[in-house]
Amino acid sequence: MARFIVRRMASAILLLFAVSIVVFAIFEVIPSYNPARAIAGRNATATTVAEVSHKFGFDKPVYVQYAKTMELIFTGQVIDYNDNLNVDSQFAQRFPVTVSLVVPAALIWLAGAVVLGSISALRVGGLADRGLMVAAILGVSIPVFLLAAVLLYAFAFKLPWFPNTGYVTLPDNPAQWAYHLFLPWISIAILSIGFYSRVLRSNLLDMVNEDFVRTARAKGLTRRQVFNRHVLRNSLMPIVTMFGLDFAVLLGGAALVTETVFNLPGIGQYEAQAIGNLDVPPILVGAMFTAFFVVLFSAISDIVYALLDPRVRLAG
Amino acid sequence: MTEPLLDVQDLQVSFATEDGLVRAVDGVSFTLDRGEVVAIVGESGSGKSVTVMTLMGLTRSPNARFAGSARLRGGDLVTASEQELERVRGKEIAMIFQDPISSLSPVMRIGNQIAEQIRAHEKVSKADALDRAADLMERVGIPRARDRLRAYPHEFSGGMRQRVMIAMALSLSPGVLIADEPTTALDVTVQAQILKEIKQLSSESDSGVIFVTHDLGVVADIADRVLVMYAGRLVEQGTLDEIFFDPQHPYTWGLMGSVTRVDRDPPRRLPAIPGQPPSLLRVPEGCHFRPRCRHAFDRCREVPPLESRVPGYPEHLDRCWLDLADKHAKREVGGRIGLAEGDVIK
Repeated sequence: MARFIVRRMASAILLLFAVSIVVFAIFEVIPSYNPARAIAGRNATATTVAEVSHKFGFDKPVYVQYAKTMELIFTGQVIDYNDNLNVDSQFAQRFPVTVSLVVPAALIWLAGAVVLGSISALRVGGLADRGLMVAAILGVSIPVFLLAAVLLYAFAFKLPWFPNTGYVTLPDNPAQWAYHLFLPWISIAILSIGFYSRVLRSNLLDMVNEDFVRTARAKGLTRRQVFNRHVLRNSLMPIVTMFGLDFAVLLGGAALVTETVFNLPGIGQYEAQAIGNLDVPPILVGAMFTAFFVVLFSAISDIVYALLDPRVRLAG
Repeated sequence: MTEPLLDVQDLQVSFATEDGLVRAVDGVSFTLDRGEVVAIVGESGSGKSVTVMTLMGLTRSPNARFAGSARLRGGDLVTASEQELERVRGKEIAMIFQDPISSLSPVMRIGNQIAEQIRAHEKVSKADALDRAADLMERVGIPRARDRLRAYPHEFSGGMRQRVMIAMALSLSPGVLIADEPTTALDVTVQAQILKEIKQLSSESDSGVIFVTHDLGVVADIADRVLVMYAGRLVEQGTLDEIFFDPQHPYTWGLMGSVTRVDRDPPRRLPAIPGQPPSLLRVPEGCHFRPRCRHAFDRCREVPPLESRVPGYPEHLDRCWLDLADKHAKREVGGRIGLAEGDVIK
């Protein structure tokens, strides 16, 4: 098992390296595109452009450019020339907000998906099952901007149950923190619960026909024991892989619509603004940031999968 | 006359499908005593697996219909509640399945899987249960059992996995052990070992064994009594000697005839029973074997009851209208018991 972990982490590092080259290529090596000018922003003077050019090494060979760019990103020296802010420190400041949004939402959707998926599978064909599956499809189909806006309108404006956007940090006031984040959590969770519960339900139904489940019943285990220890356990594994990627992308800022609608000062909001303003430095750092999490979490989910399924440990 | 351990009376199992009612088991009756091995033989689709799985309550589903009874220790397995069945499964009646690779949970350690069964029925600590699991593994011939407790199923060979299944099944010394083609997925040498284990262990714990198989060689090796099933019905029933040396039903002749014999010249083409088993959706009128039987006559349109027709052998039952003399005459083809003549290599 330890060997597996080491191998997986080593390939994660290599992968990150490869991804960084791709990100670099996208932003800085496209023909007829002046990276220095793009990075220097819309209000750039000639001096700024020259400064950027020198800093990023655009007058030097490609590999030097790459090295310098990576160095700038990792040592926190990328500056957003439009508002003269240090991009890396912006990310650092905004990251806790995104974490506050994403982590509890993820826990809600995981727990919800397991419960809903299990109920559906246990009462397959019944009213609960069909009802839940319809609700799941709705959850998957509703565009997040619509859902977020509707929730905000309905529960913060029309029915003043929840605050009208804004963010309160956790150390200041935990109750307010949760209160402000509740609707955003629901927005994110509803989308994923639908999808995950359907996948789980499908896996559970397949699993019930497996031979080893028959053996478990033949041993005299109760229905609940058979379900928890054999059926559910074996059905969760594909969910782990999916979850790793979804979670990683969200940490990188994929919840940008939710953050924007609810005015939460997180990574996603920052990236959304940068995209709107065609502001290259934050986008560049954002790409690397997300890439880092995706690589990390796919390695972690592989490791968790290996923990759950011992047959996988023999392979790579 | 002591009461038998297991008493199956007129068991019927049908499944309601889109295409109609499938009569998988059509009136099967037999008894099982402690210490005896009863083999159920038949082709695929004869109903032998459905019969034994019904004893364990594993065929229950929304579209299954049951009739008849299977009494074990005073309770009826066919009508027992799910809770009662959970109490009885693994403890009074246990089962080993055909394919050991898929019959064990791939994500759970072997020791835990055996311990799980013990702890489902007895209040013992995990450590004690694992201890007993190791002992059981040793008994079934798994070397270095204590070290292998933490192994996973995929780290074992097929024969070892089946031994684990046997260890698990016998862990609580059940009165009845059902083995559903346990050696079909294993190679012949391993098969011999497994059969030996089953025979030995079941006699040690004085369990009754129901052994489902399509392999007559296996039957000859371990059975005390034999039940021959065809298209959902019991067509012949008797002791091992009665079935092998004095078979009464044409289907049994066909089965015997399809086995190559070491003491005879080998045929160029193996004699097979011509035709196919009937679809259980539309069974033939009267005797189910009639369409394939070269000895069929007009009376065969009437369902032959399962009766003893051999004088002096009240326990040897069959479902064939032919009278005794006809049976003796028609039983052999080319000097051997069978239904059709294979081409003998001279």
